Amino acid sequence: MKFGVLQFPGSCDEVDALAAARRVGDAELIWHGQRDLGGADAIIVPGGFSYGDYLRAGAIARFSAAMESVIEFADAGGLVLGICNGFQVLCEARLLPGALLPNANLRFTFRQVHLEVVAGETPFTCACPPGAMLSIPVKHSFGRYYADAATLQRIERSGQVVLRYGAGENFNGSLHDIAGVCNERGNVFGLMPHPEHAVEELIGGSSDGLLIFQSMRLAVEGARV
Amino acid sequence: MLIRPKAGILDPQGAAVQRALPALGFAGVENVHVGRLVELDVEDAAQLEAMCEKLLANPLVEDYEIILPE
Repeated sequence: MKFGVLQFPGSCDEVDALAAARRVGDAELIWHGQRDLGGADAIIVPGGFSYGDYLRAGAIARFSAAMESVIEFADAGGLVLGICNGFQVLCEARLLPGALLPNANLRFTFRQVHLEVVAGETPFTCACPPGAMLSIPVKHSFGRYYADAATLQRIERSGQVVLRYGAGENFNGSLHDIAGVCNERGNVFGLMPHPEHAVEELIGGSSDGLLIFQSMRLAVEGARV
Repeated sequence: MLIRPKAGILDPQGAAVQRALPALGFAGVENVHVGRLVELDVEDAAQLEAMCEKLLANPLVEDYEIILPE
């Protein structure tokens, strides 16, 4: 199982994403100008401030050469995980529904949050125990999930809401407390919290983030058998 | 191009400005929204709409208005 981790100018969490992915498989960086995804079985679009996040978070990164390949990879059914800025990039690329707007509190906010796994059967959550609550950090300024009413109704019905902020944890004002969504096909997933920062109890007090990477490995290797 | 948050979407930046103005003695201020202005020179103005749709605005959450000089 090989993960490919994208790296844009301004990415800052690609190293942690690489380290987290290497706990469950092989992983390599993919520079943003590179069209070749190096035979990766799954792609991670990491957190940070791609291209400085000028204009809107993720708006420019979405047109990079590597993202062109990621869009084709996703269209062919490949697994794509977007974390924080990566989630914003995937929304801008229209691989995921909705958009991420400035936090309701207008502040960069860094805290540990509890997340409810709403959809436990996805390729990104299938290693989570049923009814799991995950303890994972968030750190962002633009994390308020927004989609229009019709889209919200559609994604709720089709089980695309994968993670919700636990009671009292929705500091950014996300609609329906949404912290993570997948596409209709279920192979593209984005979340604002950072599972790659919660893989070692000694450092983060939680290794719940590993479950996301373990789920992806299960999904990829299950599909191979 | 003037780019504005779509009506009905929470605009915390506008709300913060709306709270600040009365504190400075400006009364009767309502419906404050903060957007952005993109100015550019271009030979073919017919491209502007596509620019807004593709990059300059996010049509899911923003409205845009194209203003050409007289």
